[in-house]
Amino acid sequence: MSAFDAAALRAEFPVFEQTIRGKALAYLDNGATTQKPRAVIDAVTRFYAHDNANIHRAVHTLGERATAGYEGARAIAARFLNAPSPNEIIFTRGTTEGINLVARSFVEPRLQPGDEILVTGMEHHANLVPWHMVCQARGARVTHVPLLDDGSLDLDALPGLLTDRVRLFAVTQVSNALGTVNPIRALVAQAHARGIPVLVDAAQAVAHLPAAALDVQATGADFVAFSGHKIYGPTGIGVLYGRSEHLSAMPPIMGGGDMIREVFLDRSTYAEPPARFEAGTPPIAEAIGLGAALTWFMGLDREAALAHEDALLARATAALAAQPGVRLIGTAREKVTVLSFVLDFAHPHDAATFFDFEGVAVRAGHHCAQPVMARFGVPATLRATFAPYNTEADVEALLRAVARVRRVFTE
Amino acid sequence: MSDDAELDELYQELIMDHGRRPRNTGVAEPCSHRAHGHNPLCGDKLALTLRVDGDVIADVKFLGEGCAISTASASLMTQAVKGRPVTEVLDLYHRFHALVTADAGETAPPDAEALGKLAAFAGVRRFPTRVKCASLAWHTLEAALRPEGASTVTTE
Repeated sequence: MSAFDAAALRAEFPVFEQTIRGKALAYLDNGATTQKPRAVIDAVTRFYAHDNANIHRAVHTLGERATAGYEGARAIAARFLNAPSPNEIIFTRGTTEGINLVARSFVEPRLQPGDEILVTGMEHHANLVPWHMVCQARGARVTHVPLLDDGSLDLDALPGLLTDRVRLFAVTQVSNALGTVNPIRALVAQAHARGIPVLVDAAQAVAHLPAAALDVQATGADFVAFSGHKIYGPTGIGVLYGRSEHLSAMPPIMGGGDMIREVFLDRSTYAEPPARFEAGTPPIAEAIGLGAALTWFMGLDREAALAHEDALLARATAALAAQPGVRLIGTAREKVTVLSFVLDFAHPHDAATFFDFEGVAVRAGHHCAQPVMARFGVPATLRATFAPYNTEADVEALLRAVARVRRVFTE
Repeated sequence: MSDDAELDELYQELIMDHGRRPRNTGVAEPCSHRAHGHNPLCGDKLALTLRVDGDVIADVKFLGEGCAISTASASLMTQAVKGRPVTEVLDLYHRFHALVTADAGETAPPDAEALGKLAAFAGVRRFPTRVKCASLAWHTLEAALRPEGASTVTTE
């Protein structure tokens, strides 16, 4: 275990100042959403208490502060992804909205009958359903890179799938159900060699990978979508990065205030990106909270924090793998944060109820990845997902919870 | 009620027994009514088949995959409704629904007598996230008995 001080980090999160049913909270549902450090909670509170106003409109002091905070958050997000310009950062409600925006504005207008959108067998519903929708509307189809038994991509199948009918390759960087880390740089290079743009679903990646893996200039990704709440920020805010040559050619999909250049009674002209894609009053406090979260995260000793998280995952994985009646779902060599498993003696929902009585919060279900569940022949899994504020004690609590379920259901 | 007592009430022996060894599994043949139940939130699935002779449920069987609570609920439901008139069964459906959705503060389950063994599910009301598990089979039954004929019901 590294010398990383998880206890000090944990102390920055007020949510851990409580017990659940008399037990310390072992929060292992970070894949669903992360907890919020005081820095983020304070930034949101400070905005409402001191700076609250609408943005891009008012000449008064508060309006200027709100605008500066909102646009400052955009600059922070650009720095986080190493985007060449903040104008390539569109604020969305989250990953889902970002992907839908690309589907409607970038893909649908150019989609012809018989065209293909390439995805993978490990995508979250958010990176499947928008493609189903536009393909259905246009007579196109969704194809996929299949999964190997360890939950990694069958990369041998990729070249044959990158056909001249593929208009976009939409791929997750980290599987939310399996934890598999995909080789994004290599995938983008292969797609680009065929002239195919790539959208990266980075929802599960942003809080768990080093900066180099998320650097859009290094990966070459055309679009990257992520959600604030999975990287210690508020809900209701996310980022879509898009390369400027794409964004400037894309039509808006929502019309309204703040996205226009000129409006007449019978027509209007549109603002340049990113404003073109941010109609209406945006979630201002949430954007400022996201800026605070990204600043906080970039201020960590990221290498040590992620090494600590990886060590907890490795320890929990080894302990469960050694137990009879436990099947791990997703055993790829490159994995982060996710430990998905099923117990042959108890259904995931029964187990999760017992886990809660041990103070252990995990996700039980299909993780919005039903094709992944089908691939591995299970209706649902238990999923523990780790973050740097987790500790050895959380791993112990998880193992204690599994032992209790085993006692109850096999006695 | 202590935490562990709540858990013991939910996973009491009768429910564990029917969860492990469900009764009346399979397909009722011949069958006059059928419906599929699905909880998209957790993936639980249930296929219910019935034979209604005149006014009476002569046979009822189920196939499905789900947690101990939903399996036990389907199993105990089939036992409770077999051989009973449809009107009584629909009354039981409403009573069961009231039982599992009752205010958790209520000490005694309502209708304990009318519910018989089904009163074992009283503990579910303390677990709001598990109410759908217990009620899936009953919603499916109610859908199968609807005059317009059945379909797929989903709970989430």
